[in-house]
Amino acid sequence: MNIIRPIAATIIGLFLGLLVTFFAGENPLNVFLIFATSGFGSTYDFGMTLTYSMPLILTGLSVSMAFKSGLFNIGAEGQLTMGALAAATAGALFTSVPAFIAPIFAGICAALAGGIWGGIAGYLKAKRGAHEVITTIMLNFIAAGIASYVTVYLLKDPNTQNPQTIPISPNYKLETFAFFDSAPVSSALFLSVIVAILVWIFLYRTPLGYEIRAVGSNESAASTACISISKTQILNMFIAGSLAGLVGVGEVLSRAECFKLDFSPGYGFTGIAVAFLARGNPIAIIFSGFLFGALQKGASDLEIFTHNVTSDLSLVLQALIILAVSADGLWEKILSGKKVKL
Amino acid sequence: MQLFNFVKNIFLKSFFFSLFAIISLNSYAEINNKICLILDKGGKDDKSFNQSAYEGFLKAQSDFKITKDSKYVTVKEDSQSPHFIRTLSNGDCGLIIAVGFNNADIVGKMAQKFPKQRYVLVDSSIKETNIRSLSFQEHEGSFLIGAIAAIKSKTAKIGFIGGMEIPLIKRFALGFESGAKYINPKIKITETYVGVSPAAWNNPTKAKELALSMYNQESDIIFVAAGASSQGVFDAVSDMNKKNNKAETKKFVIGVDSNQNYLIPGTVLTSMEKKVNSKIYSAVKDFIENKFTTGVITCGFADDGVDWAYDTYNKQLFSNEDIKKINKIKQDIISKKINVPDYYKVGK
Repeated sequence: MNIIRPIAATIIGLFLGLLVTFFAGENPLNVFLIFATSGFGSTYDFGMTLTYSMPLILTGLSVSMAFKSGLFNIGAEGQLTMGALAAATAGALFTSVPAFIAPIFAGICAALAGGIWGGIAGYLKAKRGAHEVITTIMLNFIAAGIASYVTVYLLKDPNTQNPQTIPISPNYKLETFAFFDSAPVSSALFLSVIVAILVWIFLYRTPLGYEIRAVGSNESAASTACISISKTQILNMFIAGSLAGLVGVGEVLSRAECFKLDFSPGYGFTGIAVAFLARGNPIAIIFSGFLFGALQKGASDLEIFTHNVTSDLSLVLQALIILAVSADGLWEKILSGKKVKL
Repeated sequence: MQLFNFVKNIFLKSFFFSLFAIISLNSYAEINNKICLILDKGGKDDKSFNQSAYEGFLKAQSDFKITKDSKYVTVKEDSQSPHFIRTLSNGDCGLIIAVGFNNADIVGKMAQKFPKQRYVLVDSSIKETNIRSLSFQEHEGSFLIGAIAAIKSKTAKIGFIGGMEIPLIKRFALGFESGAKYINPKIKITETYVGVSPAAWNNPTKAKELALSMYNQESDIIFVAAGASSQGVFDAVSDMNKKNNKAETKKFVIGVDSNQNYLIPGTVLTSMEKKVNSKIYSAVKDFIENKFTTGVITCGFADDGVDWAYDTYNKQLFSNEDIKKINKIKQDIISKKINVPDYYKVGK
């Protein structure tokens, strides 16, 4: 039943979304075929789908990690901005780091930067009682401000008019796999999957993970059991932030090779949808992240291959899928209704 | 019986083969004249740069034998741009037209990967064997605009509002400034920008604030080059003119890229037109007639790439004397009597 629900929700959402395209004057079957072929049609297409999925898996993990201790992390966007900026800064400034260690070094910088950004919200929540939804949203704006300051005034690439930082030194570059025919898929792909598995182990097989879940399930019971609420919340937001910050590894080290202002098409916010579809399960997030990646990729091809439908359809589809998956009352009615009949 | 089957088999096979050949030949003929236009974030209705490109594309589509599959796509966010260019470069389109400096770097890379694909790049000067780069001489146009503003200004104070602070826009500013100083060395010019990030192209509220404060400091003409933010300056000038009806203190605005004179007739002094439409039209024309050439093409006054807009909407604002002066300066720029400073060469 746990698996049936998200799958059914996806099918319902897709169906309704395609119905919308019918009213926009397109053949829904045709739109569906474009989605399918654009996601998986060639090795390049598949590579692009993976490229879109990688950051979504990480931001999905970030949101669900915070959710485990009852916090709502809307700030994945700001955290990934800081992470990517840190990775790009490390890559541009510390050029002498040897090739093998360099990407790891940049990854640590990205995770730390994202983690600190998330940790600030965690600290404000735990020590000052500021609601994390408000603070994370506001930190998003601050991150965007810092990013544009650094990009435009400190590390501006003088060879282009686009607002982007100096390219990272070659030591830092993650080679993209030739198999994917110039789609920027690198070993960062494995990073997302490995991190997802690690998060699962952390949450369900370690004492710290247990504490986080305990705080999320019942705060007063957890504090009675001598779990420090504030420590757990700060730590949890730090981890959530560093997960989002890791987006910088794939996006900077293998895709753009520099920090581009406004590079993220809202990965942080789509991550919320990814986490919800997977109902917070880290392993399921791999699949829901992949699904949303395919939607994103398919949507940008709609722009190319149809006349009336633009890439905004992916937002419609995401919304419908989330509506379908979160319609609790409806699902209980359907499921309980069946039980009565049986 | 076996022989019959064999013959049937051969027949069917050759039939299908020829069918296949016909279809593929047909589609080959179609591929050749498919034109794909990639617009930058402003989209086809930005009343400015992208719209001009789109108009040229539409005109070419109605005048030449171009397949109906020809299409335009709009880049909504930066990460889409490499993907669009890469997907369209797969041989589907005969000619790809990419608008805006945002797309330029990526087209440069893709052009090396797909040497048979032909591209037109608007607003760039990338040299590749399969790219025609249209490099508009914004500084020349802006110089003339600066001169016009200085001729028409009654307060001897004029302003420039740019979108994002980048070399391309600074090129406008420098041309404008030196044009104004050419007419009146003592003229006061206020130069300001909406912002430093791409959001600056789409922030009419801030542009309006900037414009209002400039007008309140007695500037009476503002030249605006700020994409979708320009709308704010147009709003500001109508607000100012609503408050005071005296003809002597009337405020003016100067549009950019497209001819924007029609937006507020009589208040838009003129527009610095970049003739993206006609340059795209002629690129498609060359392509269809198989005369397509590549390389960097400069589009200045001499090549009718930039010009000032003079039409029924702003006719009453200029006396014959003004027109003579303006045309004289234009001729002098073409004949290089006037040396217009280029930010791309001076600024660095």
